[in-house]
Amino acid sequence: MKLQKPNDVMLQVSMRVITLFIFAFSFYLFLAGHNNPGGGFIGGLMTASAILVLYLAFDMKTITKAIPFSFTTMIGVGLLIAVATGIMSMLFGYPFLTHFFDYFLFPLFGEVELTTALFFDLGVYLVVVGAAMTIILAIAEDDK
Amino acid sequence: MTVLHWAIISPFLLAILVPFLYKYGRKIHTGWFVLLLPLALFIYFLTFLPRSSAGEVVLRTVPWVPSLGINFDLYIDGLSLLFALLITGIGTLVILYSVYYLSKTKEKLNNFYVYLLLFMGAMLGVVLSDNIIVLYVFWEITSVSSALLISYWYQREKSIYGAQKSMYITVFGGLSMLGGFSLLYTMTGTFSIREIIANIDLVTTSSLFLPAMILILFGAFTKSAQFPFHIWLPDAMEAPTPVSAYLHSATMVKAGIYLVARFTPVFGGSPEWFWIVSLTGIVTLIWGSVSAVRQKDLKSILAFSTVSQLGMIMSLLGVGSVAYYFYDGDNALYTTAILAAVFHLINHATFKGSLFMTAGIIDHETGTRDIRQLGGLMTIMPITATVSFIGLASMAGLPPFNGFLSKELFFTAMVNVTEYGIFSVETWGFILPVLAWVASIFTFLYCTILFVKTFTGRFQPEKLSVKHVHEAPFGMLVSPAILGLLVVIFGLFPNVLAYTFIEPAMQAILPGIMEPGQQFKVHIYHWHGFNLELWMTIGVIVLGAILFITMKKWSQSRFYRKERDIFNYVYDSGYDGLIKGSQLITRVQMTGRLRDYFVYMCAFIVFLIIYTMIRYDAFSINTANVSPIEPFMWFVVIAFVVSIISVPFINNRMTAVVMTGVAGYLVALMFTIFRAPDLALTQLLVETVSVILFMLVFYHLPELRKEKKKPAFKLVNLIISVAFGVMITLVSLSAFAFGSETNFTSISQYFIENSKVLAGGYNIVNVILVDFRGLDTMLEILVLAIAAIGVVSLIKLRFKGSEDV
Repeated sequence: MKLQKPNDVMLQVSMRVITLFIFAFSFYLFLAGHNNPGGGFIGGLMTASAILVLYLAFDMKTITKAIPFSFTTMIGVGLLIAVATGIMSMLFGYPFLTHFFDYFLFPLFGEVELTTALFFDLGVYLVVVGAAMTIILAIAEDDK
Repeated sequence: MTVLHWAIISPFLLAILVPFLYKYGRKIHTGWFVLLLPLALFIYFLTFLPRSSAGEVVLRTVPWVPSLGINFDLYIDGLSLLFALLITGIGTLVILYSVYYLSKTKEKLNNFYVYLLLFMGAMLGVVLSDNIIVLYVFWEITSVSSALLISYWYQREKSIYGAQKSMYITVFGGLSMLGGFSLLYTMTGTFSIREIIANIDLVTTSSLFLPAMILILFGAFTKSAQFPFHIWLPDAMEAPTPVSAYLHSATMVKAGIYLVARFTPVFGGSPEWFWIVSLTGIVTLIWGSVSAVRQKDLKSILAFSTVSQLGMIMSLLGVGSVAYYFYDGDNALYTTAILAAVFHLINHATFKGSLFMTAGIIDHETGTRDIRQLGGLMTIMPITATVSFIGLASMAGLPPFNGFLSKELFFTAMVNVTEYGIFSVETWGFILPVLAWVASIFTFLYCTILFVKTFTGRFQPEKLSVKHVHEAPFGMLVSPAILGLLVVIFGLFPNVLAYTFIEPAMQAILPGIMEPGQQFKVHIYHWHGFNLELWMTIGVIVLGAILFITMKKWSQSRFYRKERDIFNYVYDSGYDGLIKGSQLITRVQMTGRLRDYFVYMCAFIVFLIIYTMIRYDAFSINTANVSPIEPFMWFVVIAFVVSIISVPFINNRMTAVVMTGVAGYLVALMFTIFRAPDLALTQLLVETVSVILFMLVFYHLPELRKEKKKPAFKLVNLIISVAFGVMITLVSLSAFAFGSETNFTSISQYFIENSKVLAGGYNIVNVILVDFRGLDTMLEILVLAIAAIGVVSLIKLRFKGSEDV
């Protein structure tokens, strides 16, 4: 990884650690949404902030290489997932966007509640990350 | 569809064919093809004559919009048959005349005959319709086609002006007439004229009687060029002469007369109708005749004379309307006026048609219509001179022509008015015969001027552009000669019309007066002793002659030299004022500055809401259910208020952004205090991201400059923003008070109870977002996606340099 400025070492090293924690926290927020504060929107924004911090610490080229997928595509994928979740329930004869949940026993985690609402939230998450990053990057790249 | 319906539709069908006939039959003048139709229609309508004179009526129905009661009903009685025969008969003659008048090679004949046929069909529809909506439709087609005909030579500016003017005025009348018809429908619940007349009590007792009457009269007065709407008619003289002869003497201008006659059974008998119609008519009569004296152009004289003669017929209809309620048996006192109106209607159509045609001939052969350049044409154009003389003498009211008879009847009717003893005619009624008599003097005067200046005196070929002046070709003379012949025939044997045309028409105008089978007495005769009417006629001739002999003296006066009607000035300045006024309003209102539009919107919202709240006395403050305020909340609120208030005073962009961020974080703090962790988290993150965005974007903008604005500008901003804030606060307080008074139970209880049971989640906010109200969330992320795509396309796909979108 080629460094842009030699005196950013402290920042970059600490960021490598911190962003991991932020990513982890955002992932936690995303999953915890159903029972605790959090959810797709907050989780998505948090992830976007983490990526943003990375962009602040490193230069554009490095991060584009490290995170090699297009944020614009992410918006589309997120929307598709959200809509698909809604349509799934229609296939079984229920109204659009009906969710189902049940409790399952997993070997390691014990009893876990799984719900289709999580897929919907995943769609929200992806759209939020994609949109926030697309907007900020579009404006930032224009700077050049 | 019956034959009668096809008879009305046939001109429209032929109008579709005319362009083909024009294109593929160029060797023959298109007019010859067109001529056959009105002739056939004339003969067809003549076959109704025996039935109509026997007092029978014909009704043919075809449904058009049956659910609304709008049917293509055609109704033939004496009045509509008279008009139908006038339209088709004079239509035939006018088309014959136009064949010789309009050049086959130089003119766009296809346009001309299409418009003329449209007009003819529409006019037939107007007079034969029983349904007022159908009548209105045809009425507007006559307005449109007449505007097209006036602007036939559309390269001339004056034609366009005349067409516009006639369009505006007649369409104004047409629309108010539609309003009157709608009122009639509200009163009676039917669009059929027959049924309205049958339910006459519903109309006369209604409070809408007067508005409906006035609105319908607007339609009639504008179409028939009554005072002060007559100004379009002289300007319509820019049309080709066959059009003037047809539309502006015999048919279209009589549509208003027809309407008044048709609605006499509905509105007649009321003092308002009597006075409005008679006074408008008599004022039009005198105004038109006086104005005609001042004109120097042949067609202008004839135009004003048409205005004046229409006023005469109109006033007769007004005076005769009393007969509808005050008829006593045999007494002809009340019905004379209607008799005179119908008789003069026929007479006017004959002599005015022929006069326009002769004026057209003179124009065609000499190249001018200015009476100051014409003169001495009697020996050069003897036939034209003879026909003109017959027409003018008839118009002036000289025996033995038909104009004399109708004028005598007119005087009789007007003199009789004072004997009615109703509608307070005994006090002001004398004004009608006096004005009528004065107007007749001027009528005699302009007829004399027209004849003497054109046909006698010295021939001045040096003033004319045409080298070799000669009599018109035979074909051109046929139509005016036929009309002139009719003038003489009706003058010598007026009683051929009596029970064929006049009496059935009177029955139609005054239905229900006579018992079935009875007839009005119609006997028109030349000699009725030395009575008042005869002395009046002699007075007209003597005074008119004196005025003409002394013409040299008064022709120098300013009055005589000014040709334009004073009301044109009103119309023109009104038209200009309308345009200038609307431009002014647009300039004041549409400044192009966003701030101004924002001021309008905010001021309007504030006004609207505060007005509504005061109107319903809705302001209230209820502190009963207010939660206690913890001391630390005060600090948060004060900090928030300070940060918000400071923003407008900051002169640096970055500081302003940071200050807004501070306000945002304080909001997040408030969310925390009010126990909304999800909201607080979202607010924190969104605020952060948006502050970063602001920083990124504002980095490119120039430094904030101190805007120098007038104190008034700032004061307005201040007042509006304070008013808006106060308004929102008051509305919120009132809404809160309203909520606590009505005790609506909140829906949130349901979510609290069911979020675990139905959706399996403890975070109620999230469960609402993804489960209970998932659709909202789905659309919100769509909004987000669209915003992102919007930003990308704005930035990446923008045009380079100064390219415009």
